[in-house]
Amino acid sequence: MSHSSAATAPNPALRHHFAEMEQQKNAASLGMWLFLVTEIMFFGGMFCAYLIYRLQHFNDFAAASQSLSIKLGATNTAVLITSSLTVVLAVHAARHGKRKLLVLYLLATIVLGCTFLGVKAVEYTDKFKEHHVPGPSFNFAPEYMQGHPEQSPVDMRHAEMFFSLYFVMTGMHALHMIIGVGLFSGLTWLAWKGRYTKDYYTPIEMAGLYWHFVDVVWIYLFPLLYLISRHR
Amino acid sequence: MSTTAIAVAEHENYLNKEYGIKSWLLTTDHKRIALLYLMSITFFFFIGGFFALLIRLELLTPAGDLVQADTYNKLFTMHGMVMVFFFLIPVVPATLGNFLVPMMIGAKDLAFPRINLLSWYLYMIGGVLIMHCMLTGGVDTGWTFYTPYSTAFTNTKIIEAGLAAFVAGFSSIFTGLNFIVTVHRMRAPGMTWSRLPLFIWSQYATSIIMILGTPVIAITIVLVAAERLFHLGIFDPKLGGDPLLFQHLFWFYSHPAVYIMILPSMGIISEIIPCFSRKRIFGYKFVALSSIGIAVLGFLVWAHHMFVAGMSVYAALVFSFLSFLVAIPSAIKIFNWTATMYKGSISYQTPMLYAFGFLGLFTIGGLTGLFLASLGIDVHVTDTYFVVAHFHYIMVGGVLMGYLGGMHFWWPKISGRMYPEGWGRLAALIVFIGFNLTFFPQFILGYLGMPRRYWDYSHMPEFQILNVLSTAGSTILGVGYLLPMVYFLWSMRYGKLAPDNPWNAAGLEWKTSSPPTTYNFDETPVVDFEAYDYEHIPDREVPGES
Ligand code: HEM
Ligand SMILES: [Cu+2]
Repeated sequence: MSHSSAATAPNPALRHHFAEMEQQKNAASLGMWLFLVTEIMFFGGMFCAYLIYRLQHFNDFAAASQSLSIKLGATNTAVLITSSLTVVLAVHAARHGKRKLLVLYLLATIVLGCTFLGVKAVEYTDKFKEHHVPGPSFNFAPEYMQGHPEQSPVDMRHAEMFFSLYFVMTGMHALHMIIGVGLFSGLTWLAWKGRYTKDYYTPIEMAGLYWHFVDVVWIYLFPLLYLISRHR
Repeated sequence: MSTTAIAVAEHENYLNKEYGIKSWLLTTDHKRIALLYLMSITFFFFIGGFFALLIRLELLTPAGDLVQADTYNKLFTMHGMVMVFFFLIPVVPATLGNFLVPMMIGAKDLAFPRINLLSWYLYMIGGVLIMHCMLTGGVDTGWTFYTPYSTAFTNTKIIEAGLAAFVAGFSSIFTGLNFIVTVHRMRAPGMTWSRLPLFIWSQYATSIIMILGTPVIAITIVLVAAERLFHLGIFDPKLGGDPLLFQHLFWFYSHPAVYIMILPSMGIISEIIPCFSRKRIFGYKFVALSSIGIAVLGFLVWAHHMFVAGMSVYAALVFSFLSFLVAIPSAIKIFNWTATMYKGSISYQTPMLYAFGFLGLFTIGGLTGLFLASLGIDVHVTDTYFVVAHFHYIMVGGVLMGYLGGMHFWWPKISGRMYPEGWGRLAALIVFIGFNLTFFPQFILGYLGMPRRYWDYSHMPEFQILNVLSTAGSTILGVGYLLPMVYFLWSMRYGKLAPDNPWNAAGLEWKTSSPPTTYNFDETPVVDFEAYDYEHIPDREVPGES
């Protein structure tokens, strides 16, 4: 979709081993998609472990899941979906060569990303206070079983496994968020300096793809971890 | 470019364009990065080999007398880790692959040259970590890291070794990603998919495995490290976890990983055999697609490593069946190579000798793989030296034969010099003899019941004779590996200047100068010929052929 305007002089962003910008851009986006495939496999290992144990120890997992705050989780979901929107708007601004707007949307994305991380930190702190962090001091009070009078008592070890997986999965996700925020910070700086034009904004688009991916992971994490049989 | 048979002595090329440490450490030229990899990987090969020699020395006598039991555990663990993660996995893609992939498709470089350099640095960081881990105590779990021993019991340096494998894993992810994008986006005009050299197809299939498999081992390592550090109960049965899950995750990567190792060597063999038989490869499409077939099927057989681990019998049946299937594409390759040689005019240059070695040894390794995939036999020989012999026939007999064959084949292109042909043939012979002497006795040992990973077999002294043979063979093998290193280095200074196309081979890499210039081609080549077009290439006068 590059505008084949009368640019006879090669774009300064064209690297020596490519014949033209089009080829360079196609290579970058294929590379990014492949990278996301590796990310799917990376998270896939954890999802697989989680799903197997959740099937095996459903009641214990459901009980442990009751202790997560839906309110905070849902807030974060909304925050992330909004940030995906701002990323799309940023790419749009870049495509039309609107530098200030681009910087603005990038900053908005960073703020939303940090909000997500802040909320996550609050959640982690709560878990820590409630002794829900796996380890020697782990303790899972059965008050979360109130809605489940008919069920057998919770196996502490399996509740602990739930939290193990909860921390590893959300932790890995948060790590990806942190990397994303760092990425966008760098891009904001470069965008401010005018590095991106309507003929060359590939890095913005690529970072956007990455950010959407991290959002999508959360879209799966939220129901899987927070919403186990909440209807009862 | 190639009008003169002998290259002009000092034309400007990628080796002499710039000098100085910085021009190497900051290079983004795929050929220079290939050489950086070549040096570091060779280094790790000799480290791994050193451990192997100590293992073989310990087993010379039935008593455990050379080292302590604990030390022995560390020796075979470090041997396995270094050889698998720092030698076999990167060896062909990162050296010959890096050097040849852009050149074979008529590109100036890989799609992402800086990521390519990054991947070498990641490899080196992993390498420094594993060296540090080794020097400060090492690991004793075996390269397989089985839980719960690795997470709850051993007090060796699991985290550091895991981190090393994790970081090195990212270097292979980036290599794979780079190759796939390059093959899709950087082919020269006319270089259609059905004209791609088979080496490219094999690198492409390898890259698929690299990007799909490696992230899974990465997350497995993260889980092991988390379990060990924070006392999580994911794999530890005492905490409610399931050790079989670890084995599934581990082998989900590590079985396909064995194809990361062997596929590139298969690609090399597909280049060598047509050239030294002066014939077009038989069944190009089948050979090309069997690489993809191996990559796909390779992901479906992992649990054949777990037949006796307590998995359900039905699952074992399915995995046994699937393991038999994966032998089909491998067999397709063997048959097509053989058919290529049929009625060809074969010459016995060093690369071809290695190709012959590959054919024989890989076939033995693959057939014994089928033995192991049969449930009944596996129960008898699992965890014995039979398994050790099986995978060494493939990984050392197959991968290394292919790699050495490729190094000799492309050395004139890489260095601009010829290696000494007589020494080359001699070394190939020594490697072949040393290899079989080392590993064939291990099949018998395993079949008779000698368990693997034992350091003391004094209750079964009748095994000594076979072990002595094996140890003797390993010293011969060692000499066989040292020789090429010596004469390659020697030839860089004293070897005859190489012509652009010493073998009269087909393929774009032979149409550029030896050594190539930094951008490989003066102008982007246009491909208007089929791959392996040997019918249309005049017969050669090969240097060294008398
Ligand atoms: C023809 C296809 C192959 C089949 C059917 C096959 C089958 C098997 C089976 C069933 C085992 C497990 C034996 C046991 O632990 O009891 C095994 C082990 C092994 N194979 Fe293969 N194999 C094949 C090809 C390969 C290739 C191409 C490689 C390497 C390049 C390889 C490397 C290994 C290794 C490293 C082990 C042992 C792992 C360990 O326990 O440390 N195999 N093979
Ligand atoms: Cu396997």
